[in-house]
Amino acid sequence: MPATASALLKAPNVAGFDDVSYEAKERLFEQVKADLRFEDYLYGCYECGICVAVCPSARFYDFSPRRIAQAVAREDVELVYQQMEEDIWECSQCFSCVRCPRANNPGGIILIMREAAINNGMASAKQALEGYTRIIYKIMSTGTQVSPDMLQPDAFPDWGPEVKDVSDNLELWRRATPPETMHTTSMSWDVADRTLVELYLIWFETGALDMIKQVDEGLHMILEELMEERLEEMGIER
Amino acid sequence: MTIPVAALLKKKEKFERDPELLPDDFRDEVFRLEEEGEWIVDRVPEPFVEAPTKYGRSKKVPIANLWHHKSCGQCGHIPGYSTSIFWVMRKLGMDYNDPRDQTSCTAWNYYASATSNAAAQAAVAMRNFAAAKETGYFPLIHCGTSYGHYKEVREELILHKELRGQVRDVLAKLGKPMVMPEEIVHYSEWFWAMRNEIAAKQVVNVDGIVATVHPACHYYKLVEGDAIYDPDVYGGQRTAIVTGLAEALGAEVRSYSTWFDCCGFGFRHILVQRDFTRSFATMRKIEVMKEEANPDVVLTHDTGCVTTLDKSQFAAQAHGRNVGVPVMSEAQFAALAMGAHPYRVCQLHWHSADYRPLLEKMGIDWEAAWTEFQEDLKRLERGEIEFLSWEDCDA
Repeated sequence: MPATASALLKAPNVAGFDDVSYEAKERLFEQVKADLRFEDYLYGCYECGICVAVCPSARFYDFSPRRIAQAVAREDVELVYQQMEEDIWECSQCFSCVRCPRANNPGGIILIMREAAINNGMASAKQALEGYTRIIYKIMSTGTQVSPDMLQPDAFPDWGPEVKDVSDNLELWRRATPPETMHTTSMSWDVADRTLVELYLIWFETGALDMIKQVDEGLHMILEELMEERLEEMGIER
Repeated sequence: MTIPVAALLKKKEKFERDPELLPDDFRDEVFRLEEEGEWIVDRVPEPFVEAPTKYGRSKKVPIANLWHHKSCGQCGHIPGYSTSIFWVMRKLGMDYNDPRDQTSCTAWNYYASATSNAAAQAAVAMRNFAAAKETGYFPLIHCGTSYGHYKEVREELILHKELRGQVRDVLAKLGKPMVMPEEIVHYSEWFWAMRNEIAAKQVVNVDGIVATVHPACHYYKLVEGDAIYDPDVYGGQRTAIVTGLAEALGAEVRSYSTWFDCCGFGFRHILVQRDFTRSFATMRKIEVMKEEANPDVVLTHDTGCVTTLDKSQFAAQAHGRNVGVPVMSEAQFAALAMGAHPYRVCQLHWHSADYRPLLEKMGIDWEAAWTEFQEDLKRLERGEIEFLSWEDCDA
C-alpha cells in the first residue's frame, strides 16, 4: 500500500467488500477524473465544514461531503475507493453542499463516483440498488419515474392507510382527475409512443442502457429486448 | 438550542446587491452559441414578468402560451398538484399545452441510482425542449428537480463543446434540432409572478391561516443564480418563492430555524431507504415547524418535498412524535383560496397527513365536498361519464 494510506482508512474489508489491487483502484479513480464535469466540481477545500453542517445525510450516517472532497482533491486513491464502496450511496443529492465557499460541488463529485461504481459493477452499487431495480425498469421503459400503480400498501406500509385507499380505487380515482393526460395507472401521464421510442434511442446511443448490464444483467436483457422490439415496430434504425 | 432567527433577521433587514458584483449573464453564452450555429434559442414569449434573482439578474417569467413539462411524482402520486396548476391557469384565462410528447427529465432516477450519464441526461432535456419548440409553446417546468437538473444541463452544455456534439448527434437521429430555452422557468415562478392576479380572484379568506414554507433545494441551491429573490420578502435574503404568494393571499408565513434544511427526500432513500427520509423529515422539519411556528399548513413547491413531508408523518405519529400538519403545494393552496374543489381539483384524498382541520379553518365544508366527489365517482362507475371534466370541477 502506498504512503498515501492514512489513519483515516478503515480496514479494507470493513464493510464486507473484497479489497482489490491498488492498480484497480487507480483505474477507477482515473475514470472519475476523466468525467468532463470533474474539473467544474472541484477547486480546493478550506476544511471549513460548511458542506457537512448543511448536509442531511451527515446527520444520520457516518458520512461527510468534506471528507470526500478532500480525498478526491488529495488524490488519495485508497480512501476514494473505500468511499466508493461505503459512503457515496448515503448522499441525498440535495446539493445543499454547493454552498461551499470554494465553489466545490461535493454532491456532483459523488454523482460521478456513483457512475463509476455502476460502470464497474462495484458491490456497493449492487447493494444500493437492491430493491430499486423496478424503478429503473419503470423510468427507462415508460419515460416516467413513478406511476400511480406503484402505490401499493405492502410497498409503502409506513405512508398510512391512504395508500391502500389509492390502491383499492386506483382506476376510478385516476379517471376522476380532469387533465386528459393523467388517466393512466402504469405511467405518470400518457407518454406518446413515438416519444417513448425516441427515449429508448437516447438510452441506446448514449450508453445509458449498457450501464444497467453491470449491476443487473437480467434487467438489462429485459429492457434491451423491449426497446429493440419497439424501435423495430416504429421502423427506427439504430 | 434553536437558532435565534428573529434576532438575525432584524440585524440584517435588507441586503443590497452591488451591481458591480453582478456575475456574467449565462444568456450571453446562450445567444453566442446560437450565433455560432450550435443551437436555436427558444425566446421567452411576451407577455412576461421581470423577476429579480439571487445575484440581481432580471429573469423573464412568461405568463401565457406555456408547454407544461409535467412531473412524474406530481402526476403519479399527487395528482391534485398538477391539476391545481392547470386549474389556476385556466381560471386566469391562460392558453396552455399539456403534451404527450414529453418524457420525464429522468433526473430523479439519475440522482438516485446514477444509472445514466451526462450525455443521456442532456439528450433527454434537449429532446423535450425541441418538442416544446415544435408546438410554439414555451416550457414551464413543474418539478423542482427537473428545473434544477435542466439548469445543470444548460451549464454543462455551455461549458463543453464535446458534450454538445454528442447530444447533437443523438438528436439528429431523432430528427430534432438543438433547442435551448432563453430561460428555464419553474411553475412556482409563474405563481410568484401572478400572485396579485391570483389574489384578485380569491374567494376564500386565509387571513387567519399560519403557514410554514419549505423551499426546495433543487430550486434555489442547484444553479442558484436563477432563483427568485424579492427585496420585499425576507429582505431579499432568502428565495421569495412560495412565501411571496402565500403572503399575497393573506396567510401569515412564520419562519423556523431549519428553514434551509433539505426535506430528507434523498431520491433513492424515499423509495428504498425510508428510515433516513422519515427521520430527517420529521425530526429536522415537521417537528421543528410545529415547535417553533405551529403552522396550520406546510407549503412547498416541489414533488419530492410534498411527498416526503406529507408521507413521513404517519409512522412518526405512531411513535408519539410531535407531528400532524397538512402538507401541500402552494398551487393547491392558491387553488383552494380561489375556490377550487378540494377533491375534484386539489385531489386531497391522495394526501396522508390530515388536511381536514385546515379546510375547516378556511371555512371549506370538506364533508359536503367529499359527498359531491362520491357522486362523481358513482357517475363514473355507472358509465355516465368516462372521465371527470374541467367543467365538472366547477359544477
